[in-house]
Amino acid sequence: MKLFKKITASNLFYNFLRDPMAIGSATVLLFLLVASFGAPLFTSHNPYDQTTIDIMDAELPPIWTGAADADSRFLLGTDPQGRDMLSTMLYGMRVSVLIGAGAVVLQSLIGIIIGLIAGYKGGRLEALLMRLADVQLSFSTYMVAIFISAVFQGIFGMGVYSDYALGLLILVIGFAEWPQYARTVRASVMAEKNKEYVEAARVIGLPQRRIMFRHILPNTMTPVLVISTVQMANAIMSEAALSFIGLGMPPSQPSLGSLIKSGFDYIASGSWWISLFPGIALVVLILSINLLGDWLRDYLNPKLYKD
Amino acid sequence: MQKQEPLLSVRELSVAFKMRGGVLTAVDGVSFDLDRSQRLGLVGESGAGKSVTGFAILNLVSRPGYIAGGHVFFEGRDLATFSEEEMRNIRGNRISMIFQDPMMTLNPVLTIGQQMVETLKAHRHISKHEAEKIALNKLQKVAIPSPEKRLTQYPHEFSGGMRQRIVIAIALLTSPSLIIADEPTTALDVTIQADIMELLLNLCEEEKMALLLITHDLAVVSQVAERIAVMYAGRIAELGSTEAIVNAPQHPYTQGLLKALPQKVERRKRLNQIPGSMPSLQERPPGCAFYDRCELRGEICHRESPRLVEKNAGLVACHMVKDTTGKEEK
Repeated sequence: MKLFKKITASNLFYNFLRDPMAIGSATVLLFLLVASFGAPLFTSHNPYDQTTIDIMDAELPPIWTGAADADSRFLLGTDPQGRDMLSTMLYGMRVSVLIGAGAVVLQSLIGIIIGLIAGYKGGRLEALLMRLADVQLSFSTYMVAIFISAVFQGIFGMGVYSDYALGLLILVIGFAEWPQYARTVRASVMAEKNKEYVEAARVIGLPQRRIMFRHILPNTMTPVLVISTVQMANAIMSEAALSFIGLGMPPSQPSLGSLIKSGFDYIASGSWWISLFPGIALVVLILSINLLGDWLRDYLNPKLYKD
Repeated sequence: MQKQEPLLSVRELSVAFKMRGGVLTAVDGVSFDLDRSQRLGLVGESGAGKSVTGFAILNLVSRPGYIAGGHVFFEGRDLATFSEEEMRNIRGNRISMIFQDPMMTLNPVLTIGQQMVETLKAHRHISKHEAEKIALNKLQKVAIPSPEKRLTQYPHEFSGGMRQRIVIAIALLTSPSLIIADEPTTALDVTIQADIMELLLNLCEEEKMALLLITHDLAVVSQVAERIAVMYAGRIAELGSTEAIVNAPQHPYTQGLLKALPQKVERRKRLNQIPGSMPSLQERPPGCAFYDRCELRGEICHRESPRLVEKNAGLVACHMVKDTTGKEEK
């Protein structure tokens, strides 16, 4: 209750309420998140449960199309495996969001620690760490991801890959993008570390580690928060792209990307709904995250304040 | 008779900065003593090396600066021989420092309480609860109203004067024996300046702390300090009791400074000023650094840099000042 009051009394919340775009995108995002994480509660059908799937139901069109084979059980039709499109999409979105969030957490953990150390210590260590980041950045995310997934699939086979796909994707996408965080954090650490409160903390006799993590780090969180939204959207898209080329989530636990892919083969034969609905869900998800990130960036940038 | 050793003894301290154009000596062989619960003012214009001296005492000169020579003895022990760990135990514990701008010295994202507790816990093995009790006590000492409430507030919720009081309270937390105050009132407006100075003076007397007050304001120093050291171009030009410096300044630079103070207000008359400006530390002239601006300069001043020697009531670094106490100069 106290926390709730604190939030409603904050400037952030005040500003939020005055921005229709922010409210809109937050509402949409919240709706998508609740729907996808509450999927077992809302859906009639568990796409992971093989026993409920009947291959005879495959590729049924959405009910409103009025087609002869439309089935009232499947609002948005079914996919090539005979799974309910709506349920599968919600479960798939959950997978996508999980991978996105996991990758962002991993990226930020690695990136923040490296950026903080590089920015604070300076000298040779900084040069080494930042060159490492440059090297990492010179590989495209997809290249690294494709390489690792392909090698993993090659060595352990598809069966093992399916079991570890979620964790592996988080690892791959997370590891490929840490330099974004490292660079951002390092830049703000370098600006912060010359401020007097850091000098004061040294004069007080605090140990270095404490100055770094407790004094400087919280003051560099603003840009980190902003890039996190962008990175989250990027990570979800990376996962979708990898799944689309067949190196992401396996068809048995589809993400939005692998759903789009599984429908892609059937578009020419008229089954447009299998790719379209996950595609729309993906676009809406990414868009709402990005719009929310834009608002956050504007709010946190005092130069853009206009009263 | 054995004289008690001074609390702080600075001997021939030199601090240099490595710059592109060579080495710049910001502090050049500064020596002074500070006894327990004594107050010394370090006065000089911008760039005279006052603040650097303060940082050098705590061995906190940051790159590209470094301590080029000399010793700092604190309670009889040479701080140069201390390890980083031992030094940290001195900083904020035995010696506290107060900075010019209270807006900047408090971390904006931590509450006052968090910052105070943290300082205490860095030096004492005590619980959070005990630390908070000490913090409350110190906030009361610096006359912060309703300290319990204040502990949970962030720095931006305080006015400038209040913040400087809090900074002082933080400096007091560990009951240090020396406080180095680097222009503690410069960023505040005049009415609050007087309050803060008085507070600092009272606290030093109450807690028997020594104070090294670094400032460019002779008026402020003369109210607080018992002794004054006047710095010019990285060296001490004159050192003596406040009375001697204010009433009978010997060094032409000190005389100039005092004449420049607006004391007797005469209408439509410019204040006296010292012509010229301090020489660049990079190209220090071979003789007296004050030579170009000095009214008394003689031939020797251009050749030889004067040493700080005892003349009359204090120590002066000037060739032209005559000692009239009868002792012959060697």
